[in-house]
Amino acid sequence: MSKRIDVKDLNVYYGKFLAVEDVNINIDAKSVTAFIGPSGCGKSTFLRTLNRMHEVIPGARVEGEVLLDGDNLYGPGVDPVTVRSQIGMVFQRPNPFPTMSIRDNVLAGVKLNNQKISKGEADALVERSLRGANLWNEVKDRLAKPGSGLSGGQQQRLCIARAIAVEPQVILMDEPCSALDPISTLAIEDLINELKDEYTVVIVTHNMQQAARVSDKTAFFNIAGTGKPGKLIEYGDTHTIFSNPSVKATEDYVSGRFG
Amino acid sequence: MTSTLNPVRKRSALTKGQLPKAAPYIVLALALVIGAAIMALIGFNAFGWGIVSALLFTAGLVGWSAAVEGSRKAKDKLVTCLVVGAFLVALLPLISVIWTVLVKGLPGLVDPGFLSTSMNGVTGAFDNKSVEQGAPVLGGIYHALIGTVQITLLATVISVPVGLLTAIYLVEYGEDRALARAITFFVDVMTGIPSIVAGLFAAAFFFAVVGPGTKTGAVAAVALSVLMIPVVVRSSEEMLKIVPNELREAAYALGVRKWRTILKVVIPTAISGIASGVTLAIARVIGETAPILVTAGFATSINNNVFGGWMASLPTFIYTQILNPTSPSNPGPSDQRAWGAALVLIILVMLLNLAARLVARIFAPKAGR
Repeated sequence: MSKRIDVKDLNVYYGKFLAVEDVNINIDAKSVTAFIGPSGCGKSTFLRTLNRMHEVIPGARVEGEVLLDGDNLYGPGVDPVTVRSQIGMVFQRPNPFPTMSIRDNVLAGVKLNNQKISKGEADALVERSLRGANLWNEVKDRLAKPGSGLSGGQQQRLCIARAIAVEPQVILMDEPCSALDPISTLAIEDLINELKDEYTVVIVTHNMQQAARVSDKTAFFNIAGTGKPGKLIEYGDTHTIFSNPSVKATEDYVSGRFG
Repeated sequence: MTSTLNPVRKRSALTKGQLPKAAPYIVLALALVIGAAIMALIGFNAFGWGIVSALLFTAGLVGWSAAVEGSRKAKDKLVTCLVVGAFLVALLPLISVIWTVLVKGLPGLVDPGFLSTSMNGVTGAFDNKSVEQGAPVLGGIYHALIGTVQITLLATVISVPVGLLTAIYLVEYGEDRALARAITFFVDVMTGIPSIVAGLFAAAFFFAVVGPGTKTGAVAAVALSVLMIPVVVRSSEEMLKIVPNELREAAYALGVRKWRTILKVVIPTAISGIASGVTLAIARVIGETAPILVTAGFATSINNNVFGGWMASLPTFIYTQILNPTSPSNPGPSDQRAWGAALVLIILVMLLNLAARLVARIFAPKAGR
């Protein structure tokens, strides 16, 4: 239930503007990989290319290859919808569907695609997903209530439950804790640790301690200046990146000397 | 030494002088009395009394405030007076219209059979009789009510799909393409089309396609939908635009196709606004007279078929009753019927507005815990 991602010579454009240049990275299955770097360096942009969410923005395009267990996501004839159903995503701000109950939010991936599911299966899927997101005990008595009535941290975990309910191979998280308090952040970090038993997790974070806490490998992105493309500077074991980086810029960043 | 003998409570250093709470009421009473006195000198009328009193009230309150409280508070009072005054001026015609229609329309409305009979067979002879001998006024608006409801309903059935789909194209697929910009431009132009032109268009269109002299409810519905479509497009477009992009992205990230995302996420999120926009568009066209006159004619009998024969509607009923009274020598009963129909029309529009609010409340995303 989990696949590896290999990125080869990836350039990401917004129209004519080159936003991220020449990324090569290999992400192992069943691991947590963190992307760190200063704001605007292209880490979120790059993350969105991993499940073809990038092209939702008008004018955005990509050159290069992203291989999911060897299959190129950007190969001819590849349907982005198929890609996204295998690579789920959790966004920076919790975004449960306001018109749906908690239960329907978890089932959104199934119901919105009009897949038939029996009530028993649906109940089981809801419970499994919410347990997987460490939210079951908090919401099991109010599954019919709207998802927007939950706290921010609970909403974010609901979004994670919604993402894992479609049983993806990979889960991408774009600064999932940046809008949350420390307690909710802790809950989500614990959750990420559990998720990696089953899924490949890629997380973008501004919080270096968080990267150090949750990830197996860390990639440092940087930007030479405004208007220049973002680049992958260094990628390696989290421990190495934080204690003994080989590039000066990485060391400066993780030690807090800039950014 | 007198100050120690008579201990006066010292005023707080944080406040300036303050007007007593009743100040506005005192000034208002004085303004009304003085205003009445001034008007009595130059000839009394209620309208002038209101204006003079309002001016006196403003001058009095602002002057008093300036003397006691200082210039900042006085300016505040002046602007408050201006804002309230503008509000009253805006409200005046509305209240006046409602009052006039109520007073003149109620006798017609409470007439037995007003809502359940048509004008079929009601001739000037009956009207003369009711004026001369005090017999009840015969005839009613049943046929016009049916016509209005059917024509408006058909216009809605035509306009809502066209308008909503156009709005969806503009917001979800347009992406600032040339076609989208052209549509936006023409929708803006359509918003400004005079209603009589829309009526002429529909009439000419059906004359050319079906045959000369084609006047039916359906033609009127087409004319009304020409007026309705731009309103529906505009309001739906605004509503779809404010659906947060995050919700679309959340759906895409779950592997949901774009059309399903629009159908199951975007529209349900915006449905309350769309529904109330549609209801307001209906309220906008339900009182149109000119386009219906040239497209559906005016009938005196009940016609349940929108696709065949002339059809009455409330606005055209009012128009013909006032302009061509059933009994030219005794227009009283016709007037009464016209005002009654006007009252019914206003009540319909008010009900539609209430329905719009209700619809918006029912469909609005719930945020309960």
